Amino acid sequence: MSMDAVFKALADESRRQFLDRLHKKNGQTLGELCEGIAMSRQAVTKHLTILEEANLVATQKRGREKLHFINPVPINDIAERWIGKFEQNHLATLSALKQKLESEEK
Amino acid sequence: MSRFVYVTYIYTTPQKVWDAITTPEFARQYWMHYNVSDWKKGSRWEHQNGDDSGKVMIDGTVLESDPPRRLVTTWTRPDKSKEPSRVTYDIAEYNPGLVCLTVTHDELAHDPAMAASVSGGWPKVLSNLKSFLETGKAENIWLIKGKEGQ
Repeated sequence: MSMDAVFKALADESRRQFLDRLHKKNGQTLGELCEGIAMSRQAVTKHLTILEEANLVATQKRGREKLHFINPVPINDIAERWIGKFEQNHLATLSALKQKLESEEK
Repeated sequence: MSRFVYVTYIYTTPQKVWDAITTPEFARQYWMHYNVSDWKKGSRWEHQNGDDSGKVMIDGTVLESDPPRRLVTTWTRPDKSKEPSRVTYDIAEYNPGLVCLTVTHDELAHDPAMAASVSGGWPKVLSNLKSFLETGKAENIWLIKGKEGQ
């Protein structure tokens, strides 16, 4: 819940990839999140627990299954802390430009 | 999956979170919009623009109301051009003085444009609600893109 926990959770590449996967498809089970990943179920569970403790992942039960959802609110809290309201327009434009130029290079 | 789940922890009481969602004078300060209803099961509710127009942006029906713990409403375009989606607010005391607010917005499969709009909006609303209840300060969150979200 603390900002430290959020940064620690985000400091790991595998955990960022789990967030990417939930961003792409929200509400996945542990089984789905284990698919196509060279990691034991236990290791995946450990990463998901760290993300959940940092409040970056929220879970809901569906019958006997647990579904995982990305929770972007703590990241938004971080953005609000350092990015001024009027800078966001410019930053969004720069970010779009970077994405466009980088995709053209490929 | 056409469901979003947003969670925020706020140093406050469940009643204050309930009031912040259901009372126009509070909602206007951090949401810039406000919600109007008597919040009884089966009643109509409206989500209005906090500018002087009072334009109804979203409306719907109160499906469940258990103050200050749980509120469930439909979320409908006023022109009824799409099937309604659904919003659930779960307000739980996590520790004494610390509230866990979970907003679940689901049944969005038939309205991808609404799903895109609310997925950008809810994190801003919840961050601003936290800031408002913890510090009394809130910002105009919809100034950012020069358009009204949600």
